[in-house]
Amino acid sequence: MELAAAKMIGAGLACIALVGAGIGIGNVFGSYLSGALRNPGAAASQYTNMLLGFALCEATGLFGLLIALIILFAF
Amino acid sequence: MQNPMEQFTIRPILMGSRPMMHTHVGHHEFYFTNQAMWMCIVVGVASLFLTLAVARPQLVPGRMQSVAELAYEFVANMIRQAAGEDGMIFFPFVFTVFVFVLFSNFFGLIPGSFTVTSQIAVTFALACLVILTVIVTGFVVHGLGFLKLFVPHAPWYLLILLVPIELISFATRPISLSVRLFANMLAGHTMLKVFASFVIALGGATAVYLKLMSIAPMLLIVAITALELLVAFLQAYVFAILTCIYLNEALHLHEQH
Repeated sequence: MELAAAKMIGAGLACIALVGAGIGIGNVFGSYLSGALRNPGAAASQYTNMLLGFALCEATGLFGLLIALIILFAF
Repeated sequence: MQNPMEQFTIRPILMGSRPMMHTHVGHHEFYFTNQAMWMCIVVGVASLFLTLAVARPQLVPGRMQSVAELAYEFVANMIRQAAGEDGMIFFPFVFTVFVFVLFSNFFGLIPGSFTVTSQIAVTFALACLVILTVIVTGFVVHGLGFLKLFVPHAPWYLLILLVPIELISFATRPISLSVRLFANMLAGHTMLKVFASFVIALGGATAVYLKLMSIAPMLLIVAITALELLVAFLQAYVFAILTCIYLNEALHLHEQH
């Protein structure tokens, strides 16, 4: 019983990873916007880099999800 | 609540009461599973579509041909940007990986279907293929000089620290590449199912105002599906461009193309 409860708590704690992912994604889009508004001419060429940064950022949050899944289902 | 993870279970396809194409080698059982079936469908539809699209090429392309040309130009530009002109020898490889991941992601969004890329086994195999290609290319192009990839330009006392870091970052690439795609698909589809169970729970309630509230999660599902369409494309794009970036390192080591 205690093990099941500890699993749930652990899986919940793993979701703290989302804090970092949220900050990161906000940073990516915020920086892109401020850069694009300062220099709109260069904005289009950096669009793909922005998407790449977004995907890399989002992945770190999903690693947290993966840990939660491993805790819940693999042990 | 129904288990939202149930959609990812792999089960053999039954033909009557017996599993289809069931064989065993030694103690290992082999089945034709729903996973294998959807992989066949994805590969079949993708090849059929691209073959038919350029079967009778015209100077002014029709709708199908435009889509195929768009896909070609998109991937070709991506490789030229990330790996330079000599990266174009990898065009068939990158295009195949991109189209496979893209079609698997989109087919997974059809209600009742199975997402091939939500299985870590599939994405990890793809990522291993990419990294093996990178390693083989690196050794073929540079010989043992490929190992210089792990030695950045830095004073020797920093190298003690940097070389292990470079080694670890290279070794974790297949993991991060596969987990990114797999976790994105898994999280998206789980979220859809969780919201779907809200609709069922609220719709089954006795109070009328609760029944009416079930419209809210229903609308959210529509919005999330739209988001998932974007994610499906974005993840295929990221998988392909990271492949290009890794191939660029194998081709040019640290110098810019």
